[in-house]
Amino acid sequence: MIKLKQLESLLQDVDVFEKPKIQFEQYPTSAHIASRMLYTAQSMYDDIEDKIVADLGCGCGVLSIGANQLGALYNFAFDIDDDALAICRENMEGFEIENMDLIKVDVETLSLRDKVDTVFMNPPFGTKTHKGIDMVFLKKAIDISTRAVYSLHKTSTREHIFKKAKEWGVSCEVVAELRYDIPAMYKFHKKKSVDIQVDFLRFAHPDDQE
Amino acid sequence: MRLITHNMLQCHVKGCNKDNFPLKLEEIEIEELEAEFNADFIKSMLNRLDWKALAQTTFSLGIAQLPEEMPEELNDEMLQQLHHILLEVDITSGRMVCQGCNHVYPIRDGIPNMLLTESEV
Repeated sequence: MIKLKQLESLLQDVDVFEKPKIQFEQYPTSAHIASRMLYTAQSMYDDIEDKIVADLGCGCGVLSIGANQLGALYNFAFDIDDDALAICRENMEGFEIENMDLIKVDVETLSLRDKVDTVFMNPPFGTKTHKGIDMVFLKKAIDISTRAVYSLHKTSTREHIFKKAKEWGVSCEVVAELRYDIPAMYKFHKKKSVDIQVDFLRFAHPDDQE
Repeated sequence: MRLITHNMLQCHVKGCNKDNFPLKLEEIEIEELEAEFNADFIKSMLNRLDWKALAQTTFSLGIAQLPEEMPEELNDEMLQQLHHILLEVDITSGRMVCQGCNHVYPIRDGIPNMLLTESEV
């Protein structure tokens, strides 16, 4: 398995949004955060190697590409936005990835024939335009997986998420608390960048045999 | 898009739950890729795929004539053929049509578009 530092440095070569779109809350997942999410998932829980991995709202694909580098069997990357998918595709080609496909879909209506093992995502936080979209992504991720879901959520929603996880029959663990630095990409941002408190969460299905 | 992905996608129009898989591929263009052969990959992947749908799809595309049921033992020749089917056939454009409700999912630049109109959600 490659080292964390190597993974992070590889992921720094993943191109990000040229013109981020506010309606989709396109904040890139930094190589720093992505590499730590993925590395933890593989080294502590064995949730990537030889697993089928999905990425909901893949954006430019940093989580999918990282999962591929850590030995995922196959990656499905889903996004609603053509421009994000086009960048993701270029990234995929840049990394010469053969075992990955992109799918244009509204995550809310997505349904798959068979379930995947693990889902990685950095869902929209749902703060500006689309309240509750974070929970829509989370419910979908749990529905389409058999093993685990790794996701980022605002720390302020933690209690609510724990309650929902219980309702949905999955365990939920705070793997790390992060400060997510959102650069001032949009006009409504008055400050240069804003740090928000974010939880890196792992949800596990109970029939997980690990 | 590879046939692996086609094998995972089903129609998700609201209320469509009969004959919604596999989606029928029509007017497709295929690009042949060259991928590194890895027998373990093929075997692991086959455990996750719907063989019947794969056999039906590859037959209708004229790519291969696979047995109706997945053979218990896969010989080298079969593995090579499956390697080609799963990793080297890239569908770059065309459409997928639901046999249940006739919804058309276009494929462009190798990406299937699974978006629905508002009335179908």
